[in-house]
Amino acid sequence: MSDVEHAAEHHEALTSSQYIQHHLTNLTYGQLPDGTWTFAANAAEAKSMGFWAVNVDTMGWSLVLATVFFLIFRSVAKKITSDVPTGAQNAVEMAVEFVEENVKGMFPYKNKMVAPMALTIFVWVFLMNAMDLFAIDLLPEIAKWIGVQMGANPHEVFFKVVPSTDPNITLGMAFCVFILILWYSITQKGPIGFIKELTMHPFSSKNVVIQTFFIPFNLILELPGLIAKPVSLGLRLFGNLYAGEIVFILLAIMYGAGYVFASFAGLLQIFWALFHLLIIYLQALIFMILTIVYMSLSYQTDEGH
Amino acid sequence: MNINATLIGQMVAFAIFIFLTMRFVWPPIVAAMAERTKRIADGLQAADRAEKDLELAKQKVVEQLTSAKKEAAAIIDSANKRAIEIVEEAKAKALVEAGRVKASAEAEIEQATSRAKEELRSKVVVLALAGAEKILGSSIDQNAHNELVNKLAAEL
Repeated sequence: MSDVEHAAEHHEALTSSQYIQHHLTNLTYGQLPDGTWTFAANAAEAKSMGFWAVNVDTMGWSLVLATVFFLIFRSVAKKITSDVPTGAQNAVEMAVEFVEENVKGMFPYKNKMVAPMALTIFVWVFLMNAMDLFAIDLLPEIAKWIGVQMGANPHEVFFKVVPSTDPNITLGMAFCVFILILWYSITQKGPIGFIKELTMHPFSSKNVVIQTFFIPFNLILELPGLIAKPVSLGLRLFGNLYAGEIVFILLAIMYGAGYVFASFAGLLQIFWALFHLLIIYLQALIFMILTIVYMSLSYQTDEGH
Repeated sequence: MNINATLIGQMVAFAIFIFLTMRFVWPPIVAAMAERTKRIADGLQAADRAEKDLELAKQKVVEQLTSAKKEAAAIIDSANKRAIEIVEEAKAKALVEAGRVKASAEAEIEQATSRAKEELRSKVVVLALAGAEKILGSSIDQNAHNELVNKLAAEL
């Protein structure tokens, strides 16, 4: 397994903590405080670039995977037939049917966007998560090799390949969902209805004075609930995949600690990868289902809480 | 691990891919699947209908067979009746004919009998006359004894 060699190589050059650090740092492109636009050489430099910097690796893989998703589904959609389906059409239809069923079950309203969005989320997040199954050092080493060819310091070429281990990516999707939650809440319930939902529950009274008194408390209870939706949505996915990747990194370090540990690590890695298959699928599913549920909640006009 | 513009990049990318999926991926696939569902449903319905039709056709065949059999039986029945009728008619005709033939034969026999009687009678007269002549030794005057002779002949 190439991992063994890679890990061993690393150990000559890096300590374990440096190895972990290296794996958890994004390839960030941005402007340094001195004004030059460049790739960050280390985590501190990346931090100093502030908000207007881009994690080229995760963003890039995210776009690549989304394009893969789109091209596969588009090529099937182009020559789709209602006759007996074959090959890729089967797989694509399976995914579409699965998503459609979920949407039908949880979102009983008329909306042309929710189902395609759910499909996008499901397949895209699934692909992003599945990047975790590549040998942990494989793609970073290739990136390092290319970086070195282009004259970079090998220790400064960072490369995270799992987009969903970058909170920017997961929160980016979650915020989009949040914007849609707000949009549909306001358009479906009306601005007043939406504000009422935030201020008139859970404490309510027929008496106007008492109701006014309750408003701040209701806001305190309801606003965090609203904001928790996108944050929990994004951070759940991030946390699960980040934790999963750290386990893979730790196992990779074990490869460098002698044959006994290496073989044990190999066994563990197989188990973890198998378990991870479940997480990959499950987290994609959870992200999709929660999105559908949130959309459904923002459509719900009756006030039965 | 810093929050940076990647967040916005992902939001934009997400929006774009939602749009692309909504526009170019979802509708044709769902339409094709719905069409297939409809076709399968139609096919099943058609199969059902065909089965029902078959059942009906079978029923019809049975019905037609029974009615044909009935008809055939009726025809045979009437033919039999007709045959009996014909035979009866023929018998009746034959009886009539036989009666007629018998009657004419009887009439003929009657005639022949009476003719024979006549002949016999006339011959008896001649014989009687001849016998009387011989007995008397002389000729009998035909005219004188004619009445007597005739009386005799009529008595025979």
